[in-house]
Amino acid sequence: MSMPFYVSPEQVMADKAEYARKGIARGKSSVTLEYEGGVLLMAENPSTLSKIGEIYDRVAFAGVGKFSEFDQLRKVGVRYADVKGYSYSREDVRAKALANAYSQAVGDVFTNQMKPLEVEMLVAEVGDDNLAGHEKNAIYRVQFDGSISDHEGFCVIGGAAEELHSYLTNEYRAGIPLGEAVKLGRNALQRASDGEPRVAPENLEVCQLERQRPGRKFNRLATDQLRELLGD
Amino acid sequence: MRFGGSYQGSSFSELLEVDFPHFRPDLSRVSEVDLRALEVPHGTTVLALKYVDGVVMAGDRLATEGHRVASRDIQKVYATDDHSLVAIAGAAGPAIEMARILRVELEHYEKIEGESLELEGKANKLSQMIRQNLPMAMQGLVVVPLFAGYDLRRHAGRLWKYDVTGGRYEETEFEATGSGGLFAGESLKKSYSPGMSRGDAVKAAIEALTDAADQDRATGGVDIERGIFPIVGCCSQAGIENALDSEIKEIYQDIMERRRRSASGAAS
Repeated sequence: MSMPFYVSPEQVMADKAEYARKGIARGKSSVTLEYEGGVLLMAENPSTLSKIGEIYDRVAFAGVGKFSEFDQLRKVGVRYADVKGYSYSREDVRAKALANAYSQAVGDVFTNQMKPLEVEMLVAEVGDDNLAGHEKNAIYRVQFDGSISDHEGFCVIGGAAEELHSYLTNEYRAGIPLGEAVKLGRNALQRASDGEPRVAPENLEVCQLERQRPGRKFNRLATDQLRELLGD
Repeated sequence: MRFGGSYQGSSFSELLEVDFPHFRPDLSRVSEVDLRALEVPHGTTVLALKYVDGVVMAGDRLATEGHRVASRDIQKVYATDDHSLVAIAGAAGPAIEMARILRVELEHYEKIEGESLELEGKANKLSQMIRQNLPMAMQGLVVVPLFAGYDLRRHAGRLWKYDVTGGRYEETEFEATGSGGLFAGESLKKSYSPGMSRGDAVKAAIEALTDAADQDRATGGVDIERGIFPIVGCCSQAGIENALDSEIKEIYQDIMERRRRSASGAAS
């Protein structure tokens, strides 16, 4: 009978965390900003595979890291939201509950599986002025180990998150109009991309949760709209 | 709420079946009871017809339970997404539920796959849902909806009718179903013309519902006294827009005025 090698739990966790961080740092970052008319989600993404997606009426998702893993989590989120909205009411689908569920699921994998998920996720919710108690926006960030945090104003996920966070802390102000928010988001993403002076509109994926839009508030901006907003 | 089940596909109704079976009625026991003995609300007359920019779908607002009125303002025409509508006839409970699941189904597919189903795909999905209801239909809870929408690839309005087995039949001009469907269909046959305007199509729809209400006691038509008007949805490339009550009221009053005159003319 062979004895298993002893590895300290601290070492296991540190190794897993390093593995996950490395995986996430290989991909590009994603920026989310609250603006005058809602919440804006942006990512540098030249491919047609989306990093940002609609979850429900007022809830959107952004993921960075390994595409197959965060896209799977996005789909799980859509299923969760649709079943919840179907069995209760559409207003009962909220970002906080979903972010918590993500945190549990990702944390579980981090603790119990060999390979941690190389993902970081963001769940955003836009407020609705017509629903008492639901007026405020909400932004949650879920990391590869399941740690969850809430954010006001803006949030960055991905390898360059800390650098971009300090950039936005200086540049961001509450209640900016859409055009300014898009420009600020691009400037932030540019800082993360190596040496590229200007991210072209066709290489940006930009979605918004529009407060005033009736029903489903998620809207994906077309390249033409983006070009106009950026003044390119 | 359970997070993450075993189902991996993009259909909401299959997701319910696989991971949440307790949400669906247990059809295996249905044959043991005769649901015909249950008095449940039934929806009556709905119709759809094409017009130059798309398709118009309309339904009265009455639901009956045997010979009694169950509801005077039930909704029978539902938008299932930005470019499609379903109109329900038959047992109201399962029919409304079917319309609701279809709406979630289309939205769910769009979110999971990143693009929406083709109009024909949507019509086909509804067909499968009706087929699944067959055991209930055999026991008396029949659901026979109409489905219509604007086909964004072919740039035309299209409409389908169904039978209880899920049989799906595309119609080229118009269709009416429900207890007053026969009369509404006869009326549409006379007023329909290919390429008619939106205004004419709404008029034809209101006249057909009025005719159905005239001949079929279970159809509500326009209820002027209570201010309850049929729902008339117009679906075109621009999306779905319901006709305003004021427009429907005016059309209805014109129809009654015309009929009153001819009645007095016959008497003199």
